[in-house]
Amino acid sequence: MIVTANTLRFDSLSLDSGATIAPVDVTYEAYGELNAARSNAILVLHAFSGDAHAAGISPETGQPGWWDNMIGPGKAFDTNKYFVICSNVLGGCRGTTGPASINPATGCPYGMSFPVITVGDMVRLQAMLVSALGVERLLAVTGGSMGGMQALEWAVAYPDRVVAVIPIASTTRHSAQQIAFNEVGRQAIMADPNWDAGNYYGKELPGRGLAVARMVGHITYMSDDSMREKFGRRLRGKETFGFDFEVDFEVENYLRYRGSQFVGRFDANSYLYITKAMDYFDLTNGQRSLAGAMEAVRARFLVISFSSDWLYPSYQSQELVRALRSRNCDVAYVELESNYGHDSFLVDVAEQSGLVRGFLASTFEKLA
Amino acid sequence: MNEPNGRKQEFVSELLGRSDYAIIGEIVEPKSKVLDLGCGEGELLEWLALTKGVDARGVEISSAKVQRAIARGVSVFQSDIDAGLADYPDQAFDYVILSQTLQEMRHPLQVLREMLRVGRRGIVAFPNFGHWRVRFSMLTSGGAPRTPLFPHEWYDSPNIHFLTVHDFEDLVDKHGIRVERRYFLAGNRKVRTLPNLMAEVAVYLVSRR
Repeated sequence: MIVTANTLRFDSLSLDSGATIAPVDVTYEAYGELNAARSNAILVLHAFSGDAHAAGISPETGQPGWWDNMIGPGKAFDTNKYFVICSNVLGGCRGTTGPASINPATGCPYGMSFPVITVGDMVRLQAMLVSALGVERLLAVTGGSMGGMQALEWAVAYPDRVVAVIPIASTTRHSAQQIAFNEVGRQAIMADPNWDAGNYYGKELPGRGLAVARMVGHITYMSDDSMREKFGRRLRGKETFGFDFEVDFEVENYLRYRGSQFVGRFDANSYLYITKAMDYFDLTNGQRSLAGAMEAVRARFLVISFSSDWLYPSYQSQELVRALRSRNCDVAYVELESNYGHDSFLVDVAEQSGLVRGFLASTFEKLA
Repeated sequence: MNEPNGRKQEFVSELLGRSDYAIIGEIVEPKSKVLDLGCGEGELLEWLALTKGVDARGVEISSAKVQRAIARGVSVFQSDIDAGLADYPDQAFDYVILSQTLQEMRHPLQVLREMLRVGRRGIVAFPNFGHWRVRFSMLTSGGAPRTPLFPHEWYDSPNIHFLTVHDFEDLVDKHGIRVERRYFLAGNRKVRTLPNLMAEVAVYLVSRR
């Protein structure tokens, strides 16, 4: 399935900080057909470094979408049955307005003059997009990691617009550890002299800093087991140590490759803004308890976590599940066994597919 | 509600092979809210949802079973029973079901009390260790009883409490639990006389006094 991205422009978007972005573009892809009752739409929300290209093959890059193993004809999010939408988040760098976009007031890229955004702002823009596509109520909102946070924000901010929520490997708020890793990434970028307070557009990119940030990120997405399996202590293209600081180990090569590859597709300032939005995210949002914040929630939930995910550990999903139960919400939860760490939701999808397929089918049936 | 199709009917007849499930099906009112503790793969809940239109929820500790339950569309969460009950508000359900699991609980009385906090009524089904075959097995073998209903070796049996119909009656009497209905079963037949001797499985509908 060859898919193409579309971009919609809205006049303005009001932000949680009090600032306004005007105008604001949102880039999205859509798969399958919206039914006559407009009851089969699913909004898929991408993780930190994802984009609108969730499924199918991009005609530009020839690459499959980041969740192509989950979305498509006959797959868990079956595009023969459901109408699936995915958009690039606010603050991103893959079509939706972000710090690399041109500020119409100055004619230059926003850079650090881009207002600080929140997950709530991302979701408000998605709600505008979904309305513009003719969908009042979504059958499901779903995503892993930061995508799961957006799904939860949807459930709380738009309780009448979501029937079901599937947060995967996610949390209701970032822990100190999660904030700490994000801060290391941000500091790596800002320590790169090329970053130049965010004014690097049209000049040399802060590629070293962004690459280091991505290397740290990749470590947190894997598990000790999966790294041992994938790399062990194997050397890269040599029989003995080089006794220098070039690449010795396979794992070093992998991280360097991933880091430099990332520089080609991701904007360093977007890294700063989006990680900040994740760190600010807290579903309790001034409420005394998580359960209190869930008061208006009506959706049914399928919550999934992974045994080896130490970045978004199961206890965070379980906290969510407990709060939902104390509200007597309809919630299914399971911790899946997987060795792939936080990346499990992207790569280890056999069991996840069965769960999502059954959960969606029963949700859709109950609706009819 | 969908009409049961062929596959479902076959499934129901298989299910009714479990006599306690058939009784539970008799007890549960249509459109009620049901929580099944230790729900396995959610067969009972799926059947109750299909035939009675109940709002069906389940708790199960095994990840593999939870996965199969969710895949068949039943809302099950992975947890042990104690933790699974603790988060619910009072009287959240019309029925809380504990089917053939009481004898496996570390603290059965605590579970019963929690069931009646979370649910208006509890449905408790348990195997009766007072059945004559169990008594006979123990008397003749001199070892831990093994019968078709209790096929396990003592060292790998999930059963850690060995209660009889008499024992359960004593317990509810002593702890202010009201028995609304009681059913005694041997195979698929109802037992009318000498239940402590003749029943293989007992099913109680209980509530708070």
